[in-house]
Amino acid sequence: MIINHPILGPRDAAEFVYLGDAALINRPDGMTASVETFHDYLYLRDNPAGEHRELWYHEQGDRSWLVVTRNTVTHEITKVELARDVARAQGRSK
Amino acid sequence: MRFSALKILKEALTGHKGWQPMWRDPVPQAEYDYVIVGGGGHGLATAYYLAKEFGQARIAVLEKGYLGGGNVGRNTTIIRSNYLLDGNEPFYEFSLKLWEGLEQDFNFNAMVSQRGILNLIHTDAARDAATRRGNAMLLNGADAELLTRDQVRAMYPWLNFDNARFPIKGGLLQRRGGTVRHDAVAWGYARGADMRGVDLIQNCEVTGLRIEGGRIRGVDTTRGHIGARKVGVAVAGSSGKVMSYAGMRLPIESHVLQAFVSEGLKPFIDGVMTFGAGHFYVSQSDKGGLVFGGDIDGYNSYAQRGNLPVIEDVIEGGMALMPAIGRARLLRTWGGIMDMSMDGSPIIDKTHVDGLYFNGGWCYGGFKATPASGWCFAHLLARDEPHKTAAAYRFDRFLRGAMIDEKGQGAQPNLH
Ligand SMILES: Cc1cc2nc3c(=O)[nH]c(=O)nc-3n(C[C@H](O)[C@H](O)[C@H](O)COP(=O)(O)OP(=O)(O)OC[C@H]3O[C@@H](n4cnc5c(N)ncnc54)[C@H](O)[C@@H]3O)c2cc1C
Repeated sequence: MIINHPILGPRDAAEFVYLGDAALINRPDGMTASVETFHDYLYLRDNPAGEHRELWYHEQGDRSWLVVTRNTVTHEITKVELARDVARAQGRSK
Repeated sequence: MRFSALKILKEALTGHKGWQPMWRDPVPQAEYDYVIVGGGGHGLATAYYLAKEFGQARIAVLEKGYLGGGNVGRNTTIIRSNYLLDGNEPFYEFSLKLWEGLEQDFNFNAMVSQRGILNLIHTDAARDAATRRGNAMLLNGADAELLTRDQVRAMYPWLNFDNARFPIKGGLLQRRGGTVRHDAVAWGYARGADMRGVDLIQNCEVTGLRIEGGRIRGVDTTRGHIGARKVGVAVAGSSGKVMSYAGMRLPIESHVLQAFVSEGLKPFIDGVMTFGAGHFYVSQSDKGGLVFGGDIDGYNSYAQRGNLPVIEDVIEGGMALMPAIGRARLLRTWGGIMDMSMDGSPIIDKTHVDGLYFNGGWCYGGFKATPASGWCFAHLLARDEPHKTAAAYRFDRFLRGAMIDEKGQGAQPNLH
C-alpha cells in the first residue's frame, strides 16, 4: 500500500505504524467522563467492512500523524490528511 | 457416509461410482431450537457437541459460503496448550485433551499429529519467561520441558545457533503439541453433526438478526427468514459485521494474517518450531512443504490477502533462524481474516439480547481452540451458564479491568 503523504508525497505503508480507528482522536475528558464512556472509547470499535478512517504514524519519516481513509475490503486509499488538521477542524486547539 | 478398507477396495474395482456425499444438503426449516451462524471449525464443533454431548435437537448451522472455506481451512494447523495466564491455560489444555480423543470420538481421520512444539529461547530473560510459562503449564496439568542448548542442537543441528544477535540458548518444548489436518477437522465435525440430525445449510448468509422485545426470534438470511429460540454467532473475522445487526460494537478489530508454503522438500523438520526473537514459526507438512507464518499485517482488513512488506519480514525471520531454507522456493501464500480482540483473548458469552450468544475474538490462535470452543459454546447455549474452563471469556472483563493479556500489550489488537 502506498500512502500519499500530504507533505512528503507517496510513501510505502511499511514506513508507518498503524494505530486504528481515527475516532480515537475524540478522547473523552478524563475529569468528567464516566467509566462506561471511557470503556467504550478504549475498547469498542465499529470495525467496518468498507470505508474506514484510521490513524497512521509516519515513524520512519517526518513523525506526523495522518488520518487515512482506506477501504478495508479492497485496501484502496482514497484520502490522506494530517491528523492535526482533522483535529483542529473539530475544534481542538492543541 | 462411512469408510472402510473393504469399501475402498470395492470402489476401486467398480470405478468409484458408489461414493456418497458426506452430509445432506437440507432445505432450511421454518424454525430451529438452535441456529449457529458460521460453518467454520467453531460453528461445526458447537453443533456437533450440542447434539452429541448436550442432547439437543432441531439444530442448524448457517454458512454463507461452503463449510470450512473460512479460517478453519486457511490456518497453519498448529495445536498446543502453552499459555501462561489462568484465564487461558485450563481452557487450552481442555482443548488439547479433546484433540487427543477427537478422531475416536467423531470416527474420522483428522491426522492429529503430536509432533511437539518448540519455542526457542535467545536471551536469559527469555529463559526466565519460558521457565515461568512452563511452570504455569505444569500447574494446569499440561506438559512442558525446558531444553538446554545442547538438547535443542540434538533435535535440529542445522539451526543458526551462533547468530551474533540472537544466539539460540535453549527452548521450551511441549511434546503433546503438534499439527492437525485442518480441513478434516471441519469435515469430521460436519459429518458427525449431520449424522446426529443437524441441518448444515450452505450458501446461506445471515443478513440480519430478528430481535423483538429484547429477545432473539430468528435470523434473516439470503435464503429467507429462519426462526430460532437461540442463536449462537461464531463467524470469526466477520464478528463485527454480524453483531452490528444486534446494534453491538465489539472489543474486536478484523485484521489479515498471511501464511506460506514452500515447495516440497525431503523431511527435515519433524516438529513445530517458533523463533523467539522475531515472529516466525514453521512446521513441515506430510507432503514435504514447509508451512510457515509470522505477524499479522497490522491494519484493519477484510480482504483475505495481505501485502508484501510482511512477506519480506516473515522470510527474513526464517532466514535468520534457518539459513538452510534460502534456496527453497515459495509455492503459495494466502490470507485469512482474524477477529483480533483488545487483549488477545477470546469471548464466549451471552449478549444483552436474550437468546443471542457470541463466540469470537480468536485472533490468530483459534484453530487449536476448536474442540474446546465448540464444547464450551454448546455448554453455554444449552445450559445458559459458562463452562468452567471458559468462565473468564466474558464481554465485561474490559469494564472490570480483568483483561487476559498474554503479551501485556494493552488495547492494541495489532500488537497481540
Ligand atoms: C493464515 C492463518 C494461520 C493460522 N494459524 C493458526 C494456527 O497455526 N493455530 C491456531 O490455533 N490458529 C491459527 N489460525 C487461527 C484460526 O484459523 C482461527 O482462529 C479459527 O479458524 C477461527 O474459527 P473458525 O474456524 O470458526 O473460523 P472460520 O473458518 O473463518 O469460520 C467462520 C465462518 O463464518 C462464515 N460467515 C461469516 N459471516 C457469515 C454470515 N453473515 N452468515 C453466515 N456465515 C457467515 C464464514 O464464511 C466462515 O466459514 C490461523 C489463521 C490464519 C488465517
